[in-house]
Amino acid sequence: MVGRERVLELLERALSASPGDQTEVVFIGHNQNLTRFAENQIHQNVAEKNARLSVRVVVGKKVGVAGTNSLDEEAVRSAVARATEIARWQRDNPRFVSLPAPVPIAGQSEAFYQSTADCSPEERAGMVGMLINRCRREGLRGAGALATGTAELAVANSLGVRAYTAGTTASFSTVVMSEDSSGYADFSSSDIGRFDPEAATERAVAKCLNSRSPVAVEPGEYTVILEEPAVADVLFFLGYLGFGAQALQEGRSFLSGQMGQRVFGENISIWDDGNDPAGMPIPFDFEGIPKQRVILVEQGVAKGVVYDSLTANQESGRSSTGHALPAPNIFGPIPINLFMAPGNSSLEEMVAGSERGILVTRFHYTNPVHPVKAILTGMTRDGTFLIEDGRITKGLKNLRFTESMLKALNNVEALTAQRKFQGGYFGGSLVPAIKVSKFTFTGATQF
Amino acid sequence: MKDLADLALRAVRQQGATYGDIRFTHRLTESIGVKNGTVESLASGDDRGFGIRVIVDGAWGFASSSMLSREEVLRVAEEATKIARASALLKQAKTVLSTVEPVTDSYRTPVGTDPFAVKLEDKVRLLLEAEELLHKGGAIRVGEGTLGAMKERKIFASTEGSYIEQEITECGGGISALAVAAGEMQRRSYPNAHRGHYATRGFEFVEELALADEAERVGRQAVELLEAKQCPSGEQTLILSGTQLALQIHESCGHPVELDRVYGTEASYAGTSFLTPEKLGSFRYGSENVNITADATVPGGLGTYGYDDEGVPGQHIPIIEQGIFRNYLTSRETAPSLGQSSNGTMRADGWNRMPIIRMTNINLEPGDWSLEEMIKDTRRGLFLEINKSWSIDDKRLNFQFGTEIGWEIIDGSLGPMVKNPTYTGITPQFWNSCDAVAGKEDWQLWGTPNCGKGEPGQMAHVGHGAAPARFRNVKAGVGKW
Repeated sequence: MVGRERVLELLERALSASPGDQTEVVFIGHNQNLTRFAENQIHQNVAEKNARLSVRVVVGKKVGVAGTNSLDEEAVRSAVARATEIARWQRDNPRFVSLPAPVPIAGQSEAFYQSTADCSPEERAGMVGMLINRCRREGLRGAGALATGTAELAVANSLGVRAYTAGTTASFSTVVMSEDSSGYADFSSSDIGRFDPEAATERAVAKCLNSRSPVAVEPGEYTVILEEPAVADVLFFLGYLGFGAQALQEGRSFLSGQMGQRVFGENISIWDDGNDPAGMPIPFDFEGIPKQRVILVEQGVAKGVVYDSLTANQESGRSSTGHALPAPNIFGPIPINLFMAPGNSSLEEMVAGSERGILVTRFHYTNPVHPVKAILTGMTRDGTFLIEDGRITKGLKNLRFTESMLKALNNVEALTAQRKFQGGYFGGSLVPAIKVSKFTFTGATQF
Repeated sequence: MKDLADLALRAVRQQGATYGDIRFTHRLTESIGVKNGTVESLASGDDRGFGIRVIVDGAWGFASSSMLSREEVLRVAEEATKIARASALLKQAKTVLSTVEPVTDSYRTPVGTDPFAVKLEDKVRLLLEAEELLHKGGAIRVGEGTLGAMKERKIFASTEGSYIEQEITECGGGISALAVAAGEMQRRSYPNAHRGHYATRGFEFVEELALADEAERVGRQAVELLEAKQCPSGEQTLILSGTQLALQIHESCGHPVELDRVYGTEASYAGTSFLTPEKLGSFRYGSENVNITADATVPGGLGTYGYDDEGVPGQHIPIIEQGIFRNYLTSRETAPSLGQSSNGTMRADGWNRMPIIRMTNINLEPGDWSLEEMIKDTRRGLFLEINKSWSIDDKRLNFQFGTEIGWEIIDGSLGPMVKNPTYTGITPQFWNSCDAVAGKEDWQLWGTPNCGKGEPGQMAHVGHGAAPARFRNVKAGVGKW
């Protein structure tokens, strides 16, 4: 940790060295420690300390960006000089209006836990050891990673933006394997104290053992119950493909021409909130603008998208919602703290209410096939089960889905009341498990 | 740097390490992005630091820092050994490394014109001129052009006595046109999708791409695709372009032969491999037309280097010979389990990552057909070009790809254009259905600068040589449209 005072001093120094009309300096620092295990032993155990300074210099309507991970005076001056030179060689960008003016940042949600920051390699080995020892006893093979660390983000610009936050992150994921099955469990939070390695072990081992001797089913339309990691995967892609202003402005969002229209079923509400402590809060974006709560879809109706300063300036009367990514950014603003409204069901009730269906633990290698139609493809993985007459009866060989999420989220029959946080890039999503009818699997694999 | 390396290696030995290495890395990057006539992004990066990797009590430890000083080197050395001791708490077997001859050597990418020496103004002009021509082809909603360059200087030193300096330079770029209509969106790219084509060469490589020469066609095809017929569904004969085959090779040949994957060390993230060790030397991966090599020595490849990040020389290895699986990509740690020595494929994404097995240039060797002959010899089928979407299961068996464009083949000639082409299959069945591979005239080495693997995440720059090839009875036109 470099600390608020030193980081802000550093940013002031960089700002004062800039001859540009406007200047922005972003500091991203982290200490990241990761213990990775496979075949029931630790095979990678790493620690990293890094800090990166990114300088955006504006000359008229010309913008240049330069970065460095060396924070000594010479390197910082050099980054400012490179960004300035780049800006001067630029051509005018008519879409650029201004860096954002400061907006007060309200009370910051607490996302820093000293126990996470101080977590030692021995402590991580102890937690990982619980799973490894259980796998050794059961004749299973465990693989996964436990990461803990601190992150600092600070933004300052010549218009007066000054923002600093520090947080901690703790994440765990595991795949437990037998000869013919596997099971998954994960955890993500700011607080390592909330991690229950025993529960994670139990979940992954149970999924692995219960899916042994998997059988094949024919691809086709099925009622599916998607557990939280699978729902979060879908939600991430919806955010990337369609919930950002740039995608909408360029006509490549599945919400293009649909604003105010019903796009999903009435039981689907999705929003982004960087301040909700139930997620992974981060009070401001990479331009130092406070995160607003943005309703994206309310009771199935498309309500809005997220903006950074560049996309907000393309629309009259619009201001940034605090969703800028680090500059330069070709993707535009993207929501990274997503929430899906819960329902009133439970996983047990959803299974009990299914005559025949498939329970999916998670998806693998999901990718867009057609962004405007929100068609995604991907595989099931690490715990796919057949449901017959309201009971999970056997493990299944994995299946490939190719499906429009516009269709799938119009066919949601039930959502769980309980939601789970799934970590992601500088944030994550809080999602329920959902039951979807007529979900299309287009292929199968051999395991 | 030699002083700091010696300091680190002395320190880890004193702290009980039976093996140690240190890598210093300094990476310069530059990226230019233009969009609809304006420069949307222009950025330069400067990233440096060092990482120390040790074996203590038979287990690995790794620590790294961006602060380059004697004090920090000693702190990181101590941290790495401490971490290794924690790893040893759960070890089952001691890590054993295959032997490697210690060397003092250097390697430098042969470069005509240093891409960092070319004026920014000239690079921007080249891109803007090409991007402008995209719009001549029709109503393009978003025209884009990108250029990128990277220069990485790295020093590797080990307790076994190696001291290797390398300078890898690469550059490349591309253009793409996006056309949009109600409920439809189509993209065309040149010379390849996903930011273009890259090579370990100088700026002469970018000039040879001649982006402007192809721009108008690219724009026109994006618009034409909006009105093209939907790709038909069913089992088809496919001819895949080299651009699409590059990613097919990457996903269904390159990743499955990574021996660390086979042994489960990527299981919890990107998955394992169907290619288990008993298949080595006998498994029929593909038809007799399929010959695949891993070649870190081929000039210009994005996976071309002098030495890997364990100090093992880059090599040319047969992977699949006449359809039979012959070799994995290995490391010093994994190779001994097969009674082999490392074939030099360990690379790290910078100073702050531990090296892992990465593809080099995984090439489908040329056959003896020409693309023209292949089309002429096909009664009904599809010719598909440039990747649009990709997905494969966690053992690398069931894949599904989409391409930007396709054409029906009717009675030996290219017929109507089709949009949203997709195809799917199972890896060995697919490669066994290959009945023709085009020759040297159609063969090109493609660069993939964004291969993700590992936790924490690492991006590798890898190459894939391919010429168009033909596959029989492949399921195409997946899903409902």
